[in-house]
Amino acid sequence: MAFLHAAGSKVSSLKEKRSLLPYLLLAPGIIWLFTFFVLPIANLARTSTQTPTANGDTGSYEQTFRFANYVDAFLDNKEQFSRSFIYAFLATVLALAIAYPLAYGIAFKSGKYKNLLLVLVVAPFFTSFLLRTIAWKQILGEEGPVIAVLRGIHIIGENTSLTASAFAVVTGMTYNFLPFMTLPLYASLERIDPRTMEAAGDLYANAFTTFRKVTLPLSMPGVVAGTLLTFIPAAGDYVNAAILGNPNTKMLGNVIESRFFKIVDYPTAAALSFTLMAAILILVTIYIRKAGTEELV
Amino acid sequence: MRITWWFRKNLIRVYMVLGFTYLFIPVAYTFAFSFNNGGKSNLVWKGFTLGNWQNPCGAPDVCLALGNSIRVGLISTVAATFLGTLIAFALGRHQFKGRSTTNTLIFLPMATPEVVLGASLLAMFLNLGINPGFWPVVIAHVMFCISFVVVTVKARIASLDPRLEQAAMDLYANEFQTFRKVTLPLVAPGIAGAALLAFSLSFDDFIITNFNSGTLTTFPKFVYVASARGIPPQANVIGSAMFFLALFIVIAGQLVSRRKAR
Repeated sequence: MAFLHAAGSKVSSLKEKRSLLPYLLLAPGIIWLFTFFVLPIANLARTSTQTPTANGDTGSYEQTFRFANYVDAFLDNKEQFSRSFIYAFLATVLALAIAYPLAYGIAFKSGKYKNLLLVLVVAPFFTSFLLRTIAWKQILGEEGPVIAVLRGIHIIGENTSLTASAFAVVTGMTYNFLPFMTLPLYASLERIDPRTMEAAGDLYANAFTTFRKVTLPLSMPGVVAGTLLTFIPAAGDYVNAAILGNPNTKMLGNVIESRFFKIVDYPTAAALSFTLMAAILILVTIYIRKAGTEELV
Repeated sequence: MRITWWFRKNLIRVYMVLGFTYLFIPVAYTFAFSFNNGGKSNLVWKGFTLGNWQNPCGAPDVCLALGNSIRVGLISTVAATFLGTLIAFALGRHQFKGRSTTNTLIFLPMATPEVVLGASLLAMFLNLGINPGFWPVVIAHVMFCISFVVVTVKARIASLDPRLEQAAMDLYANEFQTFRKVTLPLVAPGIAGAALLAFSLSFDDFIITNFNSGTLTTFPKFVYVASARGIPPQANVIGSAMFFLALFIVIAGQLVSRRKAR
């Protein structure tokens, strides 16, 4: 016993002496994040209320705290704004519908091939996502095989296209963010003790009731994590809209990008970025509260 | 009757085959068109050739872009893995004030759309008179990779049995020896996984890179710019080669860890 006490006091004295250690470990990374994430965002907030200088040079702005920039930016881009959230919502729902059975199958029905199948879920994403998006564009495009078949059997008319449409943008986003949905779903499904499902069966629940009352509730943390990881990047995406869309499918990301590079209108780009970020954070907070898994944050 | 019965029994398997087919269609397409004898524009099939694989740098600038991507990826991976692992150890092994603030600061970059991360960094660089280019891209990549490293390594630390470290201490190993001989080897697979994740995030990043790169061309940027007039088949060669390389690394890693576990 005396030995244990001695060991205990040795450990506690070490802990006291090293109470600085966690801060030393944190410091470099946290300073990095502060300098290159927090400060830029604060700087963006400052830029968002600037107005063009009197001499009218392109790209030069002065601080006038014009908060009406936000109103102007929002009113000018209402359509792109709502489009971003509608597309992201649709892509998230589609990705959930595709990924849930896939994750379920890998977790419960794949036996010794589980690890291999898990690698195969992530594997497509080792090919550059731009190459894959362009591949979709060509597969669904005018010279691709799909459109010829669909036109051949008269499912779509001669003048209807699959690419350069809202349909193509949403399916492109669904495809690109699928692993962000599948992996958290798999992680939470895999943790479920199969005996809980057997118990439901023993209590005369049919397969559907077992799923609704046992499996689905237990996998909710994965559903919440997966939908967030899909929705957030999808709402800010502009690459799918740029490659697979047309001028009428532009999203907020496209507007921010072109305000920045083509028009050098930094205040509007900043105000839009901030509105997008605020809207996402509000939606995410409400969603997490409703879904009741606050341990995520 | 038998067919419908078989279908009901194997519904989930049928579904999985369809799901995986969907996932792999664009990969297979990219791979197939890496053999296309299509010249500069790779839009329609014009005949089989091995020429693109024999000469992957054949298209102008494609290997320059690839080299830049690899350089950016390696530097960012080393820095982000180092910084992120330190944070993960602080969070996973120590009690301290400011813990929840730290967690929030780690979470926020992952919850911020890339276009906002990219635009805000570029605005700051421009205000400071720093021109976009190689180092701004590296700085940006380290920034968004850190959070993913922290999450990955922290999960590995949390899964360790604390009794292993206690046993080492009971056998008179001091704290440093315990860390070096017990903790670090056990956490190493998590760190390796985090590094792999960081590299693939950096290598494949387009949006943040596009904002901060100026005239520097990375591989995704090359593909994006080229896509307007048709990407050369050499880009498909590089994309496919990356696919097989990554697949090989992951499967080899799994085999090694399985052998060690035995």
